Amino acid sequence: MNSSVALPVLIPFATAIACLFVWNSTRLQRGITLLGTVGLLLSGLVLFQEVETYGVVSIQMSGWSAPYGITLVADRLGAIMVLLNGVVALTGVLYAFGSIDKGREKFGFYPLLSAMFGGVSGAFLTGDVFNLYVWFEVVLMSSFVLLALGGERPQLEGAIKYVTLNLLSSTLFLVGIGVLYGFAGTLNFADLAVKLAQTDRPELITVTAFIFLCAFGIKAAAFPFFFWLPASYHTPPPVVSGVFAGVLTKVGVYAIFRMFSLVYTQEMWLTHFIILWMGAITMLTGVLGAAVQTDIRRILAFHSISQIGYMLSGFGIAGVGISAAMAAGVEGQAERAAMLTAGAGMALAGAIFFVLHHSLVKMNLFFVAGAVKKLRNAEELEQVGGLYHARPFLGAMFLIPALSLAGIPILSGFWAKLALVRAGLEVGTYAVVAISLVVSILTLFSMTKIWANGFWAPPPDTPDGERGSDPGDEEDPPGYRLMLVPIVTLVVLMVAMSVLVGPAFRVVQKAADQLLADRVYIQQLWESSGKIERIDALLEERNYVTTVLGEEYLRALLMPIEEEAP
Amino acid sequence: MRSLIFRTSSVFLLPALLVFSVVVLFRGHNEPGGGFVGGLLAASAFSLYALAYSVEEARRLLPLSLTTILGLGLAIALLSGAPAMLMGDAWFTGVWPQGLPAFGEVKFGTVTLFDIGVYLVVLAVTLIMILSLAEDAE
Repeated sequence: MNSSVALPVLIPFATAIACLFVWNSTRLQRGITLLGTVGLLLSGLVLFQEVETYGVVSIQMSGWSAPYGITLVADRLGAIMVLLNGVVALTGVLYAFGSIDKGREKFGFYPLLSAMFGGVSGAFLTGDVFNLYVWFEVVLMSSFVLLALGGERPQLEGAIKYVTLNLLSSTLFLVGIGVLYGFAGTLNFADLAVKLAQTDRPELITVTAFIFLCAFGIKAAAFPFFFWLPASYHTPPPVVSGVFAGVLTKVGVYAIFRMFSLVYTQEMWLTHFIILWMGAITMLTGVLGAAVQTDIRRILAFHSISQIGYMLSGFGIAGVGISAAMAAGVEGQAERAAMLTAGAGMALAGAIFFVLHHSLVKMNLFFVAGAVKKLRNAEELEQVGGLYHARPFLGAMFLIPALSLAGIPILSGFWAKLALVRAGLEVGTYAVVAISLVVSILTLFSMTKIWANGFWAPPPDTPDGERGSDPGDEEDPPGYRLMLVPIVTLVVLMVAMSVLVGPAFRVVQKAADQLLADRVYIQQLWESSGKIERIDALLEERNYVTTVLGEEYLRALLMPIEEEAP
Repeated sequence: MRSLIFRTSSVFLLPALLVFSVVVLFRGHNEPGGGFVGGLLAASAFSLYALAYSVEEARRLLPLSLTTILGLGLAIALLSGAPAMLMGDAWFTGVWPQGLPAFGEVKFGTVTLFDIGVYLVVLAVTLIMILSLAEDAE
């Protein structure tokens, strides 16, 4: 049995529980949480290594076989996301050590953080739709309390908006699950994928697909469901905003990637076309929203929306490409079909790469905003100013990820966008490519605004032309140096990802190819129904479907004739 | 408000309800009952006492702080999955050790342990909610 799949979920919860026993000692809670997040990162690495060797690993909790029991499964995409969760957790906790106040620490900040990371791991690893819902709720509840903890007035307002809209999403999600279960009789991803691939009523399935798209769209903060994000992200302590930007919306994006690559592939010309345009409009509205903001974290929050748009449109390009390739294949244009399939693979890989890039960069920018808040006790650009002169190092730590976010060459954002643009041109979604390029320029504009007003402009209280205080004069506020550790770590990781873009992109390309291969495999399975030798050969392959469901179950599904044999 | 009858009877009701809650907990394996209902019953016993006397008095009856009980319950529930893993099965697979000397014919396995964890968690969470609300009212 592969316990390594369960560890990224068990470790954070064990950490949260251990913190309950030392409720009165924040010092011990810090130690335990640090240990727990290091454990989470290590377990993510182990899982990543295992998936690298075996392709897919799964575990049936309590030993009940799928599709009846609770399945935890990690394919390449899941393992990458869990690893990302580990990185976010460790840097986030380190940043919290330097920045979080005593009051919040006392009221369970650390156990809540651990519970949230456990929920996120669970969402990335679960093998069925209902448990995805359960993990969404775990994440929602712990993040809601994290958002409201401290009870400042704007915080509560943000938290109420956040929890109301997200509960609406949960309700939609549950409705979708009910309809889907009534239709298919199963909720296991792999089982759904196999059973729904063979249906004569694809339009009914597409209806449930759109219910899920709305639910996940709210979670991911996609157009037109993103209102909760700009209303809440700037209110809590910066570490909470950073961690939320790192993993929270990514859970929604991941859910869309998973459901719409494995389960909902019946009418891709429709579903994925809508995802494509949802993404395009999301990036445009997000960046336009950011243009009018003057608060650093509000700008960053709107940019989160805009960047989510890139991920969704990348995924949409992949879906549209696959469906166009299928059409071309039917018409006998093999060459065109191959080109479209390659384009789709690149788009999906680009979208996954974008998820990783954005997590690191956006978290970093939120953390820098937190450091600015600590230094100047303000977040309005007009009140900041002069930071480049006083803190050149912090300026650099802001500039690198900001340029990466805008997509300046050799930084990670450039590679992510390059992949999406190239794939978009190959598949032929020219309008979306054009939009994404315009949004890039507008992103650069917003980042320049923060840079020019927050870092370059003279401090607000000094008259024009006069230089601010000398760098040596200002003392570091308590915790400031500790806050720089995760900031530098994230910049180093991001730069590593940019410089080693070849190997990094190969990893996500493999994950994307694996996702796309599942659909083809399931088709082959049904085509070979009734032919024993073909099925035997197919079942030897080790992939998502066979690993989760097992040979016996699939054989029974594909060979219903056996019972009638005399 | 706090009548003598209510106060006196709650002293007798408390142990009776607690015993009953444990009975419900163990009955839950094959019949209606279980950790969740048992925990609610136990919490209601303590809240009754808190109503009759005061929140302070009720807290004094508890041997551990509510947060610790909560942690204990969660830890027991989580660790009840560990024996299966040590035996090479998936986490949370039921383990039923045979011939435990102390229990005789009674079946006692990791599933029961999980239920005891649930009992403690429900007891603690319900009491945390009720007692803090009651404290505000006082």
